Amino acid sequence: MGNVPTIFRREFAGYFATPVAFIFIIIFLALAGSFTFYLGYFIERGNADLQTFFLFHPWLYLLLIPAVSMRLWAEERKQGTIELFLTLPISIAEAVVGKFLAAWAFVSLALALTFPMWITVNLLGEPDNGVIAAGYIGSLLMAGAYLAIGSCLSALTKNQVIAFVLTITVCFLFTAGGSSVVLGLVQGWAPEVVVNAVQSLSFMTHFQNISKGVIYVPDAIFFAAVILSWLVANILIVDLKKAD
Amino acid sequence: MDTMIATEGLTKVFGAKTVVDSVTLQVNRGEVLGFLGPNGAGKSTTMKMITGYLRPTAGRSAICGQDVLDNPIEAKRHLGYLPEGAPLYPDMSPRGFLMFIAAIRGLRGAEKAKRVDQAIAMTQLAEVLAQPIETLSKGFKRRVGLAQALLHDPDVLILDEPTDGLDPNQKHEVRKLIHDIAPTKAIIISTHILEEVEAVCSRAVVIAQGRVIADDTPAGLIARSPRHGAVTLTVAAARAEAVKNALGSITGVGAVQQGKANGKGVLLTAFAKDGADVATAIAERAAAEHWPISNLHTERGDLDSVFRSLTNPTARKAA
Repeated sequence: MGNVPTIFRREFAGYFATPVAFIFIIIFLALAGSFTFYLGYFIERGNADLQTFFLFHPWLYLLLIPAVSMRLWAEERKQGTIELFLTLPISIAEAVVGKFLAAWAFVSLALALTFPMWITVNLLGEPDNGVIAAGYIGSLLMAGAYLAIGSCLSALTKNQVIAFVLTITVCFLFTAGGSSVVLGLVQGWAPEVVVNAVQSLSFMTHFQNISKGVIYVPDAIFFAAVILSWLVANILIVDLKKAD
Repeated sequence: MDTMIATEGLTKVFGAKTVVDSVTLQVNRGEVLGFLGPNGAGKSTTMKMITGYLRPTAGRSAICGQDVLDNPIEAKRHLGYLPEGAPLYPDMSPRGFLMFIAAIRGLRGAEKAKRVDQAIAMTQLAEVLAQPIETLSKGFKRRVGLAQALLHDPDVLILDEPTDGLDPNQKHEVRKLIHDIAPTKAIIISTHILEEVEAVCSRAVVIAQGRVIADDTPAGLIARSPRHGAVTLTVAAARAEAVKNALGSITGVGAVQQGKANGKGVLLTAFAKDGADVATAIAERAAAEHWPISNLHTERGDLDSVFRSLTNPTARKAA
């Protein structure tokens, strides 16, 4: 894994070589803010917490993270640079992890820039900053899970639009796994074990557990396991499909 | 001699089509192997398998004794590779890109800066270092790709069409560069420019429909041309018929071909049978019989016709 920092630096700097990074960050902040104030009635609720801010993060990520992840491997394929990249003395695991960490760091930066929200609640009242910290940690873990899914699916195609649509679809299933929309698809014909399994994969449920202020180990492990398994799949797909 | 690149029975099957069929090659230190073949013959696919990028359907490939599938990272350390089309990261500058490659190659600090500067000097990139790669001309992009392959002074260089898109001056520079570094390395270059093979390669391998159909020195390949060793002379039109008959009677001369008449006379070409040396005999006869000739020279033959007759069966008769 010695080459991960080098790959990470190139990838991370790559976000800022074009206006993509700035546009993403601005839109992320604008949406995060407007969801909180207009859909979440942040002011009207009169509570000094960030519950309504975090409430919309799964939907925010569902929309924006596929836009970050779609290019990770599809672009390398399209440009042909994957051949150059993978004939360097690096392992595929280093390549996958380096790219993933750079994307995660980039999204973390966007998330960190929401700090004015945190300052605002602290000016308006006396929030439980432990709960807010837990919310940020949960949000970060969830972003990593979305990114791992997106990175893996991006390796399937050289077309970024296909990668984007695939990722949104799969991420939607994971986001809304606990909702009646998704459960309705399996209820009625699948045994209860399956229904429960689908329900337990819901990002929403696990994220809400964490953002209530208690980082339950199982919820954190859940996100870590999702990230890990999608990255392993990502490595296998790159290895099998690299020359297609 | 050190064998630096060794392949054994490399085969690639895509669906029902065998693109590369059992290619076995050994390239030693100091050799520059020119990989020739028509488009779609399997040159690039073979190179992708030699570098370990593409997994062969059968066979193996080793670089400096390291199998590219069993020990990929060790093998790739010894390898400099310019893939087909010289793919590069369009948003990076040449300097940023080369610094990245140098870091991946394990170079650090002063050594890294020195090697990057050397690669820049060798490929003459100094004037475009800070510009995004996507804004560069085709020639500069190709040279960035070359710089990247040369950066770590690898033992093995595999260059897929290194001079494609370069102007004649740049082509000359790149060939000179390859020639200069060749003694310490094993190099494979693919090309469809035949003069390039004569200019830089010590060995030429012709591949068609995935198979190696010739493996020879460039001079050896040229010698396969039917025109090789033939003697062409320009003779005054009045005695053309007599000289033509006389040529036909000289031992070692096969067919005699009469070309078009021009202002100086008629062109006659005497083909040598089985590689016989006919030039001396013809010259002596011409002097003895006072043939009115204004020009006499020995043909070298050309790679072009050999290439066509090898790779295109229908052209074999015409050549």
